[in-house]
Amino acid sequence: MIPDPNSKPRLAPGCRLGENNQQRVLLMPERALRLNGPSLEIVQRCDGNHTVQEIIAKLQQIYSKAEPKKVETDILDYLARLHDQRALDFA
Amino acid sequence: MRALFGRMSNDIANPLALIAELTHRCPLHCVYCSNPLELQNRANELNTEAWTRIFQEAAQMGVLQADLTGGEPLTRIDIIELVRAARTAGLYVNLITSGLPLDEARLAKLVDAGLDHLQLSFQGAREEIATEISGTKSHPQKLRVLEWLKQVRVAVTLNFVIHRGNIDQIEEMLALAESSSATRVEFANVQYYGWAFANRERLLPTRPQLDRSIETLKSAQERLRGKIRLEYVVPDYYAKYPKPCMGGWGRKLMLITPTGDALPCHAAKVIPGLTFDNVKDRGLREIWEMSEAFQKFRGEVWMQEPCKTCDRRELDFGGCRCQALLLAGDPAATDPVCSLAPTRGKVDAILEAVNKPSAAEPSLTTPAWLYRPNPA
Repeated sequence: MIPDPNSKPRLAPGCRLGENNQQRVLLMPERALRLNGPSLEIVQRCDGNHTVQEIIAKLQQIYSKAEPKKVETDILDYLARLHDQRALDFA
Repeated sequence: MRALFGRMSNDIANPLALIAELTHRCPLHCVYCSNPLELQNRANELNTEAWTRIFQEAAQMGVLQADLTGGEPLTRIDIIELVRAARTAGLYVNLITSGLPLDEARLAKLVDAGLDHLQLSFQGAREEIATEISGTKSHPQKLRVLEWLKQVRVAVTLNFVIHRGNIDQIEEMLALAESSSATRVEFANVQYYGWAFANRERLLPTRPQLDRSIETLKSAQERLRGKIRLEYVVPDYYAKYPKPCMGGWGRKLMLITPTGDALPCHAAKVIPGLTFDNVKDRGLREIWEMSEAFQKFRGEVWMQEPCKTCDRRELDFGGCRCQALLLAGDPAATDPVCSLAPTRGKVDAILEAVNKPSAAEPSLTTPAWLYRPNPA
């Protein structure tokens, strides 16, 4: 699936940010994902208040040296994978 | 996206999950229960304060998740306090339950106390088989729990325990899951230790049954992508290589029994000569790093051939120590389910018996179920 740019991603029930040995992680059923740099910036904004488009724009601003189109593709891909893991819902 | 649980180095890292067996008491009497044959009674159980300290020590040593299980964890009258204690300590809180001692109000309190994830076990999609397996009328209550779960914000996993008697009903189980709020469904074939080992002749599916179930779940996985995460655990007797049991001995998981013994796995007590430390005597970190039971099969030094020089030894860690004991008579042997194991013939003989045409239907000579009782 390709996330709708106007939808607002939100962490699914039972999925939340946590910390382990100074490492931020996304906690979910039977799993924990390490979050670094961009992935943390993305997941922190998956709170039901930001649209996919807004998250992309913000990350393009933070990582201004990266190719904007590449940032967009990477984010859409990452959000789709989190959705497949059932860590995200799109409102 | 790399799963943290999937990449740990070989030195002693901290455990990632703590399995808290809060009690052996249970309203169900399942013929494949993972509890030991020798069950502990209520009087010997750790109290609220002891568990609270364990959760705090676990979080401090880097454990991420607590699995509150049993027996039936909801038989503990302090379960709300225990959920709150684990969450307050900083752990992700899983509750693994039959759903029996539960009502809507108690569920709301569990969620308020910080429950992250509820795993509801099912013995089948139909009442008859569920009653036969659990020795209790339990199915209608589970269906009620599914409705209540739609009203609360918590992750839900349905856990179907699969065996010969229900493996042909996977479509019905999928339909039940799709009508629920579950985002994750486990179809886990029975693993043959303890009570299940005693009942294995009646529980092992046949090869054609297994092949059909794999096909069914493969297509369901595609169909439900983005809705439900499906996981399938096949019986390792049918596998070519053993499972990486517990993610490697003393490597990722620590189990605390109702009385406070710290174990590397559910079944470790079957291994003769192992001594287990108790959380009443030593701290969790000290037990993890130093205790004999955790050291015994950690790493590779204990391995025999063919594991010792096998390219797969860092993938499956030689398989399961308890299965090696049960089937090969030696806990340091290669897991007999491995096609490279010198004792693989024992597993093949069991499979041959199960797959004989005459074995398909229970007969007068089929052994009766051995039900797991409630502790005295």
